[in-house]
Amino acid sequence: MTYEAIVIGVSAGGMNVMKQLFAALPHNFQLPIIIISHIGARSDNQWIHILNNTCSLTIKEADEKEKIRPGFIYFPPPNYHLMIENDKTFSLTIDAKVNYARPSIDVLFESAADAYGRHLIGIILTGSNSDGTLGLQRIKDQGGLTIVQDPSDAEYNPMPKSATSIKPDHILPFKEILLFLTNLNQALLNT
Amino acid sequence: MEDHTPVDHSQPHRNINPAAILETIFSRYGYDFRHYSEAHIKRRLLNSMVRWRIPDTEHMKERILTDEAFAATLVNDLSITVTEMFRDPDFYRSLRTHVIPILKTYPFIKIWHAGCSTGEEAYSMAILLTEEGLYDRSTIYATDFNQQALNFAKEGIYSNDLAREYTINYQLAGCKSSFSDYYTSQYDHVIMHKSLRRNILWANHNLVTDSVFAEVHLILCRNVMIYFDKVLQNQVQKLFYESLIKGGVLCLGSKESLKFTNVYDRYSEIDKAQRIYKKKY
Repeated sequence: MTYEAIVIGVSAGGMNVMKQLFAALPHNFQLPIIIISHIGARSDNQWIHILNNTCSLTIKEADEKEKIRPGFIYFPPPNYHLMIENDKTFSLTIDAKVNYARPSIDVLFESAADAYGRHLIGIILTGSNSDGTLGLQRIKDQGGLTIVQDPSDAEYNPMPKSATSIKPDHILPFKEILLFLTNLNQALLNT
Repeated sequence: MEDHTPVDHSQPHRNINPAAILETIFSRYGYDFRHYSEAHIKRRLLNSMVRWRIPDTEHMKERILTDEAFAATLVNDLSITVTEMFRDPDFYRSLRTHVIPILKTYPFIKIWHAGCSTGEEAYSMAILLTEEGLYDRSTIYATDFNQQALNFAKEGIYSNDLAREYTINYQLAGCKSSFSDYYTSQYDHVIMHKSLRRNILWANHNLVTDSVFAEVHLILCRNVMIYFDKVLQNQVQKLFYESLIKGGVLCLGSKESLKFTNVYDRYSEIDKAQRIYKKKY
């Protein structure tokens, strides 16, 4: 199976897992990663610059109409929804909040599922609401791979717990999700 | 704050062809969404189809063709109505520092808020101009294609929850008095003072299909272009260019840029980060 992108949804407890994720990703990671993390609307995304020093890949704020490229980790600007178009470029919207969130994980995941189909991996990590469940369902419906952090392993379990209701392909402790990603990268490099 | 509970789109999603639906709206009613961001439009259409229990594209087209009231609601649903007073306070600070001095040099000031939606930004501008002593010689054209939103804007009534959020924005924007000076509280809402409205002309104008209607000193069109594809962005930027006087100022949303449009070299940057541009002489 050839994958072309990874989308990740994370909320409460997110900073810890993101730091571990960024430290674990190898410099030659083959896929773009797009992350929705629920950060306050008045954030200035300075933390992106701070985290950039902890990662061998480039972490950046997604620009409107930007072409999605491997080797990058993208976040939406604060107070915007992030979507992916069929031509694999980003769109931003200021539509109403979904699940009390803007950016919302559902909004990204649903558009990413339509754009990438079975070439997408969707991951739901720690968080204390249910954003992302419908989005993960769409990824599954479109033939993509779905992974949820084991709720018993998550710092905040409501979000992963909700996401397990769609019967994802894998329910894994976070450490094993990291292992999965590095193994996947090795496999992509070998082909 | 406005919020949408998540909507399960899985049923209509199997049978939706957004392009065919947009073509039907255009050919029957003249509203042209064919160059909007597809991901955004698709999501909006799916929300409507779930709400009205329309299972697929064919039923959707039929409903649009036969039910004018439904079509009008749908067209309003496809427009973007989320806005705030003093949204992005840093932008308003920059406006005060860099643009107000330019406006002060004109005997009459004409301002166009393109895509004003429910009016928050037009009221923000009226407040800013009042505090700068410029409002008496200003006209604000506040336009949108969504008549429902325009009607709302004219009323100038906003919920208390919103007013609280706007008060924070107002303060962060470095304004000079107190936001509560500009409205009257009533029960669970606030009513903007009539004096703020006296020089605002609310008008129905469609950026996609209508043309130049005035020559203005300042255009604000914030968080509208993000919904347009490149073709439409260029078309609308041409309209703005032709509507501005030489030396006129164009303000876009903080995540929008002129950089990849055809008119980029015809403007100079006043504030790059806040997306404020000046039409070259």
